[in-house]
Amino acid sequence: MNFMGYDWQPLLLTFKLASVTTLILGLVGIPVAWWLATTRVRFKPVMEALVSMPLVLPPSVLGFYLLLAFSPQQGFGRFLESTVGLRLAFSFEGLVVASVIFSFPFLVHPVQSGFQNLPGSLTEAAYTLGKSRWQTFLRVLLPNIKPSLLAGVVLAFAHTIGEFGVVLMIGGNLPNETRVASIAIYDEVESLNYATANFYALVLFAVCFAILLMVYVLNKRYMRAL
Amino acid sequence: MIELQLQKRQGDFSLDLHLEMESGTLVALFGPSGAGKSTSLRCLAGLAVPDDGHLRVDGETWFERASGINLPAQKRQVGYMFQDYALFPNMTVRGNLEFALRKGSDKKRVDTLIEMMELGELRHRKPDTLSGGQKQRVALARALVSEPRLLLLDEPLSALDPAIRQRLQDELLSLQRHFGLTTIMVSHDVSEVFKLAHQVLVMEHGRMVRQGSPAEVFIASHGDVSGKFRFTGEVLAIEALDVVFSVAVLVGNQVVRVIATASEAARLRIGSKVMLFSKAFNPMLQVVD
Repeated sequence: MNFMGYDWQPLLLTFKLASVTTLILGLVGIPVAWWLATTRVRFKPVMEALVSMPLVLPPSVLGFYLLLAFSPQQGFGRFLESTVGLRLAFSFEGLVVASVIFSFPFLVHPVQSGFQNLPGSLTEAAYTLGKSRWQTFLRVLLPNIKPSLLAGVVLAFAHTIGEFGVVLMIGGNLPNETRVASIAIYDEVESLNYATANFYALVLFAVCFAILLMVYVLNKRYMRAL
Repeated sequence: MIELQLQKRQGDFSLDLHLEMESGTLVALFGPSGAGKSTSLRCLAGLAVPDDGHLRVDGETWFERASGINLPAQKRQVGYMFQDYALFPNMTVRGNLEFALRKGSDKKRVDTLIEMMELGELRHRKPDTLSGGQKQRVALARALVSEPRLLLLDEPLSALDPAIRQRLQDELLSLQRHFGLTTIMVSHDVSEVFKLAHQVLVMEHGRMVRQGSPAEVFIASHGDVSGKFRFTGEVLAIEALDVVFSVAVLVGNQVVRVIATASEAARLRIGSKVMLFSKAFNPMLQVVD
């Protein structure tokens, strides 16, 4: 896809990846954050450490192990390919799975602390008013942590846009499949196409700035509305 | 009729409570903080599970250790008013009340309560914009929406200043009598207990130490039934009048003026702890046969 003389495909792929990742993260990460915020099981620190691992682990480490796991020569990869016909190594689906894992703490942390900062009496009040756990979650807890939800969703989205190491390890550089903008920039610089690299870089810069700006403006307005 | 007997241990602390109360009456749990009053309420509401005992409300078993019955909080139909009010910040005053409606209950109840508690002007406001006294009224109204069989109030008025407190005590009293609400209230304010409660239960370290009507418990609680007029206080000011001195003494949170002679006043300093008593001699009669 060409427009203004540039190939927009890497940018579109980047935003598609970030959107799909954020959607899945929301569905998986918010319940996990709730569980972490409320559970009293003894192995909770282990779970919290696991969730936070992507924050400190070099992306290449994560990418390397994911590559091993996704490889059709290995148990898990072979199982996926033979049962559902899904190949995760060097594919868009693989990128999504890796991004979900890699951006997990960016969504879970703000949402978890949002849940933890709510007074426990809100949940208990809803219970004494006859509401189930699920009703309480949907109608009392979620609406009262909107700023945390927004922060989590946006951070996860922006972080997925900025991903490089993991994508390089497990996605490679296949046009229309795994060649996201951050990879394309690297690739163009390698081929001395500075103008194209600059175009991708500038768009990413502007989009990330706009997203973060929006978060801060919205949060300020939300705080004032309270 | 509520029959309650429960034990709960939490680390070093152990709670042991038994109580029988008539429907439509108000019982106050009185005692210092850490005496187990809130834990008792939580056990009644189903928010905490006792280790042993039973709880029957109008013949229906809500909790019984022996047979493993433990009705969840959702099914107990209690109105619980939390110390921090626990109003839902995302909903308006009206929204908070409507949220409390149970399936099949009459929506008019919300309007009735809004009118009764004079919340009409506040109904579209969010809880964060309300004053303490207003929040308290909303919380009480919300607790009453589902027509609770048992109303539990955890220090309902402790965060309010005295004037509003008095007014809300009157309101609470008339509501309690109007609906005939079986109510258990946590309080550590003697005057509040006197005003509202039919029965008071004094708790210390998780145990009940005294039980009875407020008059029995607070007036006759020191063993001797002499009814002596005797208080301890602190001298706030000593002021010379013509030949005597006027001494201002702080008793509880009231300032009392007492006349003292020059020789008495000479022994007083501001801040002295004093005993205030009446020496009046009044013979009393009691039938003995």
